[in-house]
Amino acid sequence: MLGLRKVAGMITGAAMLATSAFGLSTAQAADDVIKVGVLHSLSGTMAISETTLKDAVLMMVDDLNKKGGLLGKKVEAVVVDPASDWPLFAEKARELIEVEKVDVVFGCWTSVSRKSVLPVFEELNSMLFYPVQYEGEESSRNVFYTGAAPNQQAIPAVEYLMSEEGGNVKRWVLAGTDYVYPRTTNKILEAFLKSKGVAEEDIMINYTPFGHSDWQTIVSDIKKFGSEGKKTAVVSTINGDANVPFYKELGNQGIDAADIPVVAFSVGEEELAGLDTAPLVGHLAAWNYFMSMESEENDAFIKQWKAFIGDDKRVTNDPMEATYIGFKMWTQAVEQAGTTNVDAVRQAMYGQEVKNLTGGTAVMNTNHHLSKPVLIGEIQDDGQIETVWRTEDVVVGDAWSDYIPESAKLVADWTYPYVCGGCEKPMY
Amino acid sequence: MRITIKTIIVALLYLMATQAPAYADLTDAAKGLLSKSYSDKIQATEAIAASGDPQAANLLETLLGGDLYATKSDARLVSREKVSGGYQITDIITEEDLGVVESGDLSKIRINNKMRGLINDLLGRLTLLNEDPDLRLKAADSVFKSRPKEMIVPLRDALAAETDETVAGAMRRALAALNFLYGETPEIQAEALLILEEQPGPDVKSLLSAEANRMAAIQNPSPEIQELAKNVDTALAKVEEKLAMLGVVENVFQGISLGSVLLLAAIGLAITFGVMGVINMAHGEMVMIGAYTTYVVQELCRNFAPDLLVYSLVAAIPAAFIVAGLCGVAIERSIIRFLYGRPLETLLATWGLSLILQQFVRTIFGPTNKEVSSPDWLSGTWEITGGLALTYNRIAIILFAAAVLFMLMLVLRKTAFGLQMRAVTQNRRMAASMGIRTGWVDAMTFGLGSGVAGMAGVALSQIDNVSPNLGQAYIVDSFMVVVFGGVGNLWGTLVGALSLGVANKFLEPYAGAVLAKIFILVFIILFIQKRPRGLFALKGRAVEN
Repeated sequence: MLGLRKVAGMITGAAMLATSAFGLSTAQAADDVIKVGVLHSLSGTMAISETTLKDAVLMMVDDLNKKGGLLGKKVEAVVVDPASDWPLFAEKARELIEVEKVDVVFGCWTSVSRKSVLPVFEELNSMLFYPVQYEGEESSRNVFYTGAAPNQQAIPAVEYLMSEEGGNVKRWVLAGTDYVYPRTTNKILEAFLKSKGVAEEDIMINYTPFGHSDWQTIVSDIKKFGSEGKKTAVVSTINGDANVPFYKELGNQGIDAADIPVVAFSVGEEELAGLDTAPLVGHLAAWNYFMSMESEENDAFIKQWKAFIGDDKRVTNDPMEATYIGFKMWTQAVEQAGTTNVDAVRQAMYGQEVKNLTGGTAVMNTNHHLSKPVLIGEIQDDGQIETVWRTEDVVVGDAWSDYIPESAKLVADWTYPYVCGGCEKPMY
Repeated sequence: MRITIKTIIVALLYLMATQAPAYADLTDAAKGLLSKSYSDKIQATEAIAASGDPQAANLLETLLGGDLYATKSDARLVSREKVSGGYQITDIITEEDLGVVESGDLSKIRINNKMRGLINDLLGRLTLLNEDPDLRLKAADSVFKSRPKEMIVPLRDALAAETDETVAGAMRRALAALNFLYGETPEIQAEALLILEEQPGPDVKSLLSAEANRMAAIQNPSPEIQELAKNVDTALAKVEEKLAMLGVVENVFQGISLGSVLLLAAIGLAITFGVMGVINMAHGEMVMIGAYTTYVVQELCRNFAPDLLVYSLVAAIPAAFIVAGLCGVAIERSIIRFLYGRPLETLLATWGLSLILQQFVRTIFGPTNKEVSSPDWLSGTWEITGGLALTYNRIAIILFAAAVLFMLMLVLRKTAFGLQMRAVTQNRRMAASMGIRTGWVDAMTFGLGSGVAGMAGVALSQIDNVSPNLGQAYIVDSFMVVVFGGVGNLWGTLVGALSLGVANKFLEPYAGAVLAKIFILVFIILFIQKRPRGLFALKGRAVEN
């Protein structure tokens, strides 16, 4: 009997190990290797989104090595699995930097995970590329933000809906998942809407827990809110798994995009892949990249991705483009600096240019945010998002929102004379 | 009859033609659709409707459905149909067969929300006299939505010729809206208001409140307007009152629907945990396996028997039961049977197992969500009256949950296996000495509980993500329901699930989704303090063990 007990104990132990030790590195220390850390969850709730980004980095590394590596050295990816567990992100980040001695890290998705690793990167002076759209109000010396800031996604989307072409929306539902990104974004949006003369009673704010699956009440509330005789739209910062049941409920309750359009900031091609999109045609998404954009770079990227992943049905999305731009910029900066030393590469990053997959050029600014075009697209019945509006020029990412009084006066600039991530006056 | 319809069409076309006279004929007008700019396309759409060509409605419908393409070589507008080796294309205007091309040779004509609204509106006017009652119904609704003044006369004539009662009702409503807005005399307006009042719905409320807002904003209103404004206000109050009443009904329905989802998720656990006393943390993963089985069955159908695709969900029910049930038997035989009587170790082992299963599924199917499509008979809503619409998939889940519960009761009470199962739980040693193979009964019971969880997965695939994390979301809720309802009692599980569902839905509008959940948890903690054995406590020897 004792033996059997041991077996059961071992199974339990193995199960626990399975999540934490999944991606233990196979890297060996060698001088002629440049190490790139990949800090994306491969298990747990966020695995659905983050696994794709891990694959994207691996693809870029693979591609770089085929072209002869970087500074004459081979590039090696060190993959760890923080398992959607926020404190584990910090531990794994420390492991990557101290034990594996990586030169740069690509990683994180949720803002919570970014906030969790931030002190580690600052303490050990390493470099993180963060590829997801986020709430702003942050600029760290050790992080480059290649996703959209609120002024590159949320504000233009709302402005579009307010315009004649977008349907002259007068009444707003701000629906989000209950955590830092939606709360901050909605705070910015609320201030923005009020500055445009929208009355308090024309704004409805609603939060739901992560993974919320019963949307009946909220969707019928939205329906009622939209029947007050004014054109209504939903601005959705609903994140992750909860989106699928939300859209299913919208479709089932017959909320038509022509009546109440929903514009989402966290729904891309990848999320739509798990959905029958026929009832969702016409609902909107705001991003800096859509897979449907026609450009030579994008065609090549999609081809490369499909070949790498070995699946013709896999889609590309905005955080993948952000990863792509970040990785390209980093390799260019390393080549320019002639070293992988963090301080030298950081200096070389400023003003670094990479061609967007959607046309135009992305530029890294001294506030560690990119200049990128903003696109608004409508969901199609094939799960793709088709651009219906885009900014004429690139928009400079703004770390501190102009619509929140206390942050409007802050400046993020990591070059002389400011040299800070958020200060009112120059440091020097 | 014929003559009236013709006159109406001619009158209509004349009306439209006067609005957009820029194009000579349909072919010419349709060229505007090739433009990249949406404002050009909108102009072209209006011109197409105004062209008076019999093909116009067909063209607009194809455009709205997203099936309109342009050939890249000579920019002809075509519709396409998939055939082996490419797409069969047909000229949309001349209906000429243009042969088979590859999808790369065609570019899709894209439309945006504004155009979609416009086309719906234009089509509504064109199809008011169509042979198909469904189209006429859609047309009447679209007239109600867009409310063009010039439609009063055509609508009145169409209503006079209408034979279908449902369509006539929709037309009357649309006509009332038009009369109310544009009626020449206050009497007509007041009469229309009475008709509208009888048909409460969010859209009527929307119309009335917009009008009320407009009238309130008028400076120095005339006595007639004042009178009408007063009537509108009372009508609005009446409509709102009716809607509020319907809202309560809707709330109860949503509560029952949430309750039935909880019931489905928990009912398998009521057997493994409730009857056998195994704390099975991998229960959620059985639900997940059921959902993935649904996906696999649907994919098989899609590849080998596309005609049967609509029934794939039905086929998935027994498949999910068998797959999840076999998994359950395997788990019981290989792990759980060694751990009976050691709740802590069972909990840890099954929790570890749940992680292994999740990662296993993630490795096989990938981390992304899988699409399980809903058949047509499960999508859409059943409009009972204007303000009350119940979604078909929710109704189906309620019925399914009831059926599963009923079947399970039957198995437990009326079959030899059920008898043996109850005997083993009540007194294992005595049952064994009566010749019951207790080990076998344990395995089958666990398999039954897991199989039922798998069937729940089929239902959940319709409303939730099919992803490796599916089960996790339901495990806590399931335990909550079983503990609240009383361990070991199926009736308790039923009452527990429904009351938690309804309570949650009534709290949600006031407290928000996050707080509602917290309130429920706090309530259950307090309740368990008072009645540790739940709502329906079992009495007798089984409890003492």
